[in-house]
Amino acid sequence: MMSVEFELAITLLLVIGGIFIFIGSFGLLRLPDFYTRLHAPTKATTVGLGSILLCSMLTTFATEGRVSISELLITLFLVITAPVVAHILAKVAMHHKVPMVKHTQYPERVDTARMQQPPVNPSSTKLDS
Amino acid sequence: MTRIFPQPFHTILLTVVWLLLNNSMSPGHILLGVALGIVIPILCQPLRIPQPKVVKPLKLIPYVFIVIKDIIVANIEVAILVLGPMKRIQPGFIAYPLDLKEDLPITLLASTITMTPGTCSCELTQDKQFLYIHVLHMPANEQQLIDYIKVHYEGRVREIFGC
Repeated sequence: MMSVEFELAITLLLVIGGIFIFIGSFGLLRLPDFYTRLHAPTKATTVGLGSILLCSMLTTFATEGRVSISELLITLFLVITAPVVAHILAKVAMHHKVPMVKHTQYPERVDTARMQQPPVNPSSTKLDS
Repeated sequence: MTRIFPQPFHTILLTVVWLLLNNSMSPGHILLGVALGIVIPILCQPLRIPQPKVVKPLKLIPYVFIVIKDIIVANIEVAILVLGPMKRIQPGFIAYPLDLKEDLPITLLASTITMTPGTCSCELTQDKQFLYIHVLHMPANEQQLIDYIKVHYEGRVREIFGC
């Protein structure tokens, strides 16, 4: 039998996870262009997925009395793969000249980025180290 | 010794991951995990590109916690931005001047930048001098953001790799 504390914590984590994953998907629908949409699924879901995995660990602990570690592996693989996917998607978008929203700042930097060249007007002077 | 264990760390890591994947500690799985942990590094040895060594592995622990804290805080910020009016969002590109030179530290930094919400690393210049980052909401002064990344993340990555 689960104690009330466990049930409360599990419910809370599930609700938080659900809210964040929902906001992530909602952002995908709502944000104006490809680049901004890239942010919603890779990010708003990290906390959402994290709390759902934590909840899964808590549930196995409360019901079966053992610590399940597979969830940590899911987190590990997610943390390794998600940034790579986002990076490749952004790279492909640059090469396809995906349209951006009008008020994007410094859109000309995409042209130099596509060629893997330094920007024409760097944001800051390089510090000598 | 080096012929059988070209990368002792990878052998241990692979064995541990194998045991975690199977969620068991039975002798059979331990034996199979160790066998895989020995064979895979030997097979992958010709593919390896030399990378700088992690000089201070202990510094990785506070780094991970700082990143987790930042992910949670910034997740809430992005959630508020997504729910708020779309006109208020001011996306933009910044070119971040890198001080790191090697591939592995740059990968670690770029992944961290992508995982922390609001920023997404897009492209690295050929000479590894600049990292292009797409920012969901640009601050009034982009130098502010560059300084934040420089102090918060790049400085720590440099400490970990000792470069």
